[in-house]
Amino acid sequence: MEETQFTPADYKSDQAVRWCPGCGDHAILNTLHKAMATLGVAPHNTAVISGIGCSSRLPYYMNTYGFHTIHGRAAAVATGYKVANPGMMVWQISGDGDGLAIGGNHFIHAVRRNVDINIILFNNKIYGLTKGQYSPTSARGFVSKSSPYGTVEDPFIPAELVFGARGNFFGRSIDVELATSQEVLVAAARHKGTSVVEILQNCVIFNNGIHNAITDRTIRAERTITLRHGEKMLFGANNERGLVRDGFLLKAVTVGEDGYTIDDVLVHDAHTQSNFLHQQLAMMDGLGDLPLALGVIRDVEAPTYEAGVSEQVEEVRAKKGFSTLRDMILAGDTWEVK
Amino acid sequence: MLENTNIKTLDKVVVRFSGDSGDGMQLAGNIFTNVSAGLGNQVSTFPDYPAEIRAPQGSLGGVSGFQVSVGKGVHTPGDSCDVLVSMNAAALKQNHRFLKPGGVIIVDIDSFRESDLKKAQYTTDNPFEELGIKAQIVEVPVTTMTKAALADSGLDNKSVLKCRNIFALGLVCWLFDRPLDAALRHLQKKFAKKPAVFEANAKVLQAGYDYGHNIHASVSTYRVETEDPKPGVYTDINGNTATAWGLIMASEKCGRPLFLGSYPITPATDILHELAKRKDLGVKACQMEDEIAGVCSAIGASFAGNLAVTSTSGPGLALKSEGIGLAVMAELPLVIIDVQRGGPSTGLPTKTEQTDLMQALYGRNGESPLAVVAPASPTDCFTMAFEACRIAVEHMTPVILLSDAFIGNGSSAWRVPEADEYPEIKTPNIPAEKLAGGNWHAYDRRDNLGRYWPIGGTEGAAHRLGGLEKDSVTGAISNNPVNHEKMVLLRREKIARIADDIPELELLGNADADTLLIGWGGTYGHLQSATEELNAAGKKVALAHFRYINPLPKNTGEILGRYKRIIVAELNTGMFADYLQCRYPDARIMRINKIQGQPFAVSELVDRVTKYMEED
Repeated sequence: MEETQFTPADYKSDQAVRWCPGCGDHAILNTLHKAMATLGVAPHNTAVISGIGCSSRLPYYMNTYGFHTIHGRAAAVATGYKVANPGMMVWQISGDGDGLAIGGNHFIHAVRRNVDINIILFNNKIYGLTKGQYSPTSARGFVSKSSPYGTVEDPFIPAELVFGARGNFFGRSIDVELATSQEVLVAAARHKGTSVVEILQNCVIFNNGIHNAITDRTIRAERTITLRHGEKMLFGANNERGLVRDGFLLKAVTVGEDGYTIDDVLVHDAHTQSNFLHQQLAMMDGLGDLPLALGVIRDVEAPTYEAGVSEQVEEVRAKKGFSTLRDMILAGDTWEVK
Repeated sequence: MLENTNIKTLDKVVVRFSGDSGDGMQLAGNIFTNVSAGLGNQVSTFPDYPAEIRAPQGSLGGVSGFQVSVGKGVHTPGDSCDVLVSMNAAALKQNHRFLKPGGVIIVDIDSFRESDLKKAQYTTDNPFEELGIKAQIVEVPVTTMTKAALADSGLDNKSVLKCRNIFALGLVCWLFDRPLDAALRHLQKKFAKKPAVFEANAKVLQAGYDYGHNIHASVSTYRVETEDPKPGVYTDINGNTATAWGLIMASEKCGRPLFLGSYPITPATDILHELAKRKDLGVKACQMEDEIAGVCSAIGASFAGNLAVTSTSGPGLALKSEGIGLAVMAELPLVIIDVQRGGPSTGLPTKTEQTDLMQALYGRNGESPLAVVAPASPTDCFTMAFEACRIAVEHMTPVILLSDAFIGNGSSAWRVPEADEYPEIKTPNIPAEKLAGGNWHAYDRRDNLGRYWPIGGTEGAAHRLGGLEKDSVTGAISNNPVNHEKMVLLRREKIARIADDIPELELLGNADADTLLIGWGGTYGHLQSATEELNAAGKKVALAHFRYINPLPKNTGEILGRYKRIIVAELNTGMFADYLQCRYPDARIMRINKIQGQPFAVSELVDRVTKYMEED
């Protein structure tokens, strides 16, 4: 961890954390405290804004400015906050229901506008706070209290939505992958513009083990790949596997087999403008031949919304030179009565 | 030059311009209004336009109107007009009923061809006879004359025809003896970036004026009285612009930047337009993805420390209600502007009504009281927008401003206030010593029960807000039943105490009467005129007009108690009457209601009040 004048404890509030024992949210909270200490932005220069759901309780556990708002609207509240007070570092906490169902519209528009907020999307593929209904990220056929015979609809893949909304930063981690989570959160905060970090989170009560096919310790190294800008796309317990181009698509190979050498393995470029390869990487699901991508998948600079608003204000102010409302009115169409 | 004409001298006259919604009637009307105001007339306007942007040309559904009253003692745009300008057969059909007996109709006779009559669904070939019009009709070949005036202009036919409205304006200017130089200045401004279009309009304006002069022997002309207004600088302003400017004034007086989160909706969109322009005064106006994002971005901006506003109309207010509840719970200042239109649902988007009163007062889940204010006229929108902000900031609460389509679009002359005419807003910054001592809590309250309002980034003031019930002292989440009741009552009392901080209700008209006429919001002009007419006719009536709806002025009960007969007139089925009656059960309340999407007519108010007085 980089040294700053703050420690993780500086970001913790005095409130008792009330998530279920074993909930993935605990790990994410601790990682966020650490990421904030690494970033070194003072707690009073940080705002954490959430919607509704288990994960959205998070602001109460922060010693920063915090706002637990209403269901689905965190992105809109965070957008207003950042535009009004661009000096603050703004985080948004949403679950898959809050962010992608009731809040789907605000989510895609925040991404499209590229307002400089860091969205952490806690994806547990279930509604926990209402005790177990399927969410917009639950797989087709998923059985829950509100889908006793299985769902008959396809889920969103959060990354695909982000790219559809022309997002410039997308990263992914798993609740228990503390180091990767911290690395991705720090990168998300340093990125200017909307950053979306999807964290696969385990709901121990209503959807325990939903990510196990990928995240189980025994198979995680084979089913996931952690991407880093400028590094070879290698994975596996001994980094023996790699990703190579296969026509327009990607293919997982074993280095040294079938004629593939380390030179064939792709080098990750998170900063390239085209999102073509980023999408392919983000859409790998870890369930077939291709591993699920973790780490910073896309991180591309683009103009931010709040800076655009502020710059336009400064530009027009300088041009017109009004200092008060009265100045502005008197410069318009008026007449005088003596 | 008018020696041969019949000159009528009037206190005030009403002119109604009517044509296709693409004919530029609003522009012609606006310029006539501005020119008249510049001459010292009082003005009041009423744009009456269809919801369709461009209905088929010449059809009845596409008729757009603009009515203006100019002169002395002008409180309303007038029930009916002295002069009606109709640019085509459909406009005449839709508008002739607004003409006063003995009035003048000016028509573009070129737009009364057989095909025009058919489109406007006339069944005979004499539209005037068919409509039973007995007024003086001036048949002017507006289209022909406009084309002739621009024969050498080089403009294409479509551009030439777009100048027809200005020919009519020139003619009306002649009729009312308005100098053309002022009208030219407005045109120049309007077409600053299109000099060729300006030149064409200038030529056509003069042609219209000259045409009037040449036919003057056959038409009545008018001399309109002016009023001696208070000295100062004046401008013509509509209610939506006045609202936007009142917010900016409040931002200057409270020392916090202005943020608007909004979404386009008729008839409130002009507030968004105006504030988007006012980036030149530092305003951050954001067009969000929907109504909900409009209010929620404003709530975020308020938590960040900006003076935050969202603007909408009835359907949008419905969408914002959960967000407004959050602002009630978080006790953040927020101004919600509802420019009311006809409802329910999409209703009559371009027409006026006062039917959102109950929604404003009660349209949220839980016990969620907030302040409600309502401007009385286009220019009062400035004052009440300022007041909404002042109350929101000083009392740390959401405030709903109930404007309406009539005053939002209507305009009148407004004296630009001097910098010191509006008070400083006492922004509740956390006192430095309290902050330094480290004993500040988010839910600490001042005497008026409002919280403090730190700006995000203030060291020592980091705190958490949210929609969950809070402990009354620490602001931490609390499920304690007794605490919840305490907080519900506290939030209610906080709103009630605003009554200590607003002006008392004033009585107008004849305070010694037995009858008290009551109105609220945008109907003021009509009620004021009706009260004047009734008293002039020897029917003693007092008038109390409410601009502060929740809480009510402190002396409301005392005033109601003085009158034998109370008549509440409003543009709904009786919402304010019900609201008053449940607070003051002993008051004898009668009702005058109208739900036609149109403002009251002064004459109907006079008739209905008279009837109540006679029958009682």
